[in-house]
Amino acid sequence: MVKNLTQRILSTKTGGDVAPGDIVVSPVDWALVQDTTGPLTVREFLGLDLPKLANPAHTILFIDHAAPSPQKQLSCDHTFLRKFARDYGAVLSDVGEGVCHQIMAEKYARPGDVIVGADSHTVTAGGLGAFATGMGSSDVAAAFGLGKTWFRVPESILVKLTGRLQNNVTAKDIILHLIGLIGADGATYKALEFGGDGVTVMSVSDRLTIANMAVEAGAKVGLFPSDEKTREYLEGLGRGQDYQPLTADNGAAYEKVIDIDLSSLAPTVARPHTVDNTATVSELAGTRIDQVFIGTCTNGRLSDLKQAADILKGHRRHPDIRLLVAPASPQVMLAGMKMGYIQTLVEAGAVILPPGCAGCLGVHQGVLGDGERCLSTANRNFLGRMGNPEGFIYLSSTPTAAASAITGVITDPREVI
Amino acid sequence: MLKGKAFKFGDNISTDLIAPGRLVHLRSNLPELAKHVLEDADPTFAARVKPGDFVVGGSNFGLGSSREHAPVIIKMSGVAAVLAKSVARIFFRNAINVGLPVLVCDTDKINDGDELEVDLASGVIRNRTNGEVLSSGKIPDAMLSILNEGGLKPYIKKHGDFKL
Repeated sequence: MVKNLTQRILSTKTGGDVAPGDIVVSPVDWALVQDTTGPLTVREFLGLDLPKLANPAHTILFIDHAAPSPQKQLSCDHTFLRKFARDYGAVLSDVGEGVCHQIMAEKYARPGDVIVGADSHTVTAGGLGAFATGMGSSDVAAAFGLGKTWFRVPESILVKLTGRLQNNVTAKDIILHLIGLIGADGATYKALEFGGDGVTVMSVSDRLTIANMAVEAGAKVGLFPSDEKTREYLEGLGRGQDYQPLTADNGAAYEKVIDIDLSSLAPTVARPHTVDNTATVSELAGTRIDQVFIGTCTNGRLSDLKQAADILKGHRRHPDIRLLVAPASPQVMLAGMKMGYIQTLVEAGAVILPPGCAGCLGVHQGVLGDGERCLSTANRNFLGRMGNPEGFIYLSSTPTAAASAITGVITDPREVI
Repeated sequence: MLKGKAFKFGDNISTDLIAPGRLVHLRSNLPELAKHVLEDADPTFAARVKPGDFVVGGSNFGLGSSREHAPVIIKMSGVAAVLAKSVARIFFRNAINVGLPVLVCDTDKINDGDELEVDLASGVIRNRTNGEVLSSGKIPDAMLSILNEGGLKPYIKKHGDFKL
C-alpha cells in the first residue's frame, strides 16, 4: 500500500494499513501535560479509578507556563502536580527546565512516535517526524491510564516547499504565509505534511517552528520527514539511536497539494487578532510598538538567539520599547551564553527571562497595558492572549522582531542589515 | 428535545475568549472560572445565560488552546449545546468528552435572541422565531458513543477501554 507520512506512522503503530477516515486505536509513546492543563488531567485520571499509569517513564508533567509561579493558586497547582509525579512515578520537568515542546524535541520525541499532550502546540514534535497532537485533559488522562488513544486518520495536505529563502526571511515567515493563504481553519481535521526540496535543506529547528504552528491552521498534525537533517540533530544531542528514516512513499495520495516558492516570500506579520490576518512587513512598516517578545515554543531556540544577536549587535533597543527574551530551555540558554548571544542581547537592552513560556499566555512576564502593541515571536495573537483584551499582538519572525526592537516600529530586517 | 434561547457570537471564538488566559489561576476552581465564561467576547453573557440556552457561533468555533476548561465552563453555565458553522478539532473532541453536544449547521440563519428547538437525535434545529428549519451534520459514531455515555470518563469507567 502506498502511504503518506500520516498513514505510514499510524499503520506501523496500529499494525494494519490505515486510510483517511478510519477510526483507529493507537498505542501512545509519550503523554504530556503542562501546569495549566495538568491539574485537570490529573483529577480526570484519578477519577478513572485506574490503579497506575500505563507507562510512568513516558508520562511527563511540565511546569513551564507559569514558572516561577506568580500567584498562590498556581503555586498550589504546581504542588499538586509534583506530588502526583512522585506518587505515580511520572517524569517531572520543573520550573526553569524549559518549555515542554522544546524539551520533548531535545530529550524525548523520536521519528515515528505517537505523542499526545494537553497542549495544542504538542504538534511541534512533528518537526522530527512524530505524529504529535494536542488534546484535552480527559483524552490525555485516558492515555495516562490506558497507554493508548483513538484517532480518526486525517486526510493529508501536502505543502511542497521549493527554492530557497532570501536572507533574513525565515521558517516563521513560511508558516505565517501558509496560514494567511489557507486561513485559520484551512486545515481543520487534516494533517499538514511538508515536502519538496526546500525541506531537504531545512534545519530541524526550522521544522519545529513550522510544525508548531500547524494547529493555527486547524491541523491535527504538522509532519516533516525524518532524514539526514533529523539524524544530525539527534546525533548532536547524543540521541543517534533514536533516529530512523521516515518518508512518504512516492505517489502517496493527498487531498491537495499547496506549492510555495520560498524565494518569493518576504518577511510576514500576523496582525491582531487572528493568526491568518497576515501582511508583509513592508505593508506594516512604521507601525509603532511598545514591546518586543522573543521566545516561546515557536521561536525560543538557539538559532533565534543567534538571529536576534546578529541584528542587535552594536545597537540598543529603542528607548520607548521593552525587549523581552526567553530562551526555550536551559540548553538553549547555556549555548546562547557560551556563544556570546546572551551578552549581546543584554548589552542591547534585553531582559532575559527564565526558560519557560513567559508572557505568551498572559499570566506573567510581559502582560500588556491597555492599548499597547506587542511584536511577538509566539504563535498566537488572539484577543486577550497576553493577559489584556485591550492589548494588540503582532506575530513575526525573530529577525523582524529584533530589527523592530531597534527602531521601535515594525521594520523589515533586510533594511537593518 | 432541547428548547432555549440563542446567544449569537461571531467567527473565530477562541478558547482565550471562552476561558481567558489571564484567569489561569482559576482553572482549579471551575465554578469561579465559569462566572467568566466567554467574558472577552461578551462581558454580559455569563449573567444573562439561562439553563437550556444555546451558544451559537460562526465558523471555526473554539480555535486555539487544548484547555478543556473552555467547554467545561460553557457546560457549567447551563448551555444545552453549541451550534456553529464549523468547529476547531480539539474543541470539538473536548466538548464531546465532557458531555457538551456540538452541532454543525448554517448558523447564519440564527439571530441573537432567537428561540430554538434542537433534537439531538435527528440533528434537526427549529428556529421558532423565524420559522427556519436547519439540519446539522451528524456527530461521528465514535464521538456519539462517548457522548451517549455522558463523556469520556463515564465511557472509560464503563467499558474499561476504547470500543469504537
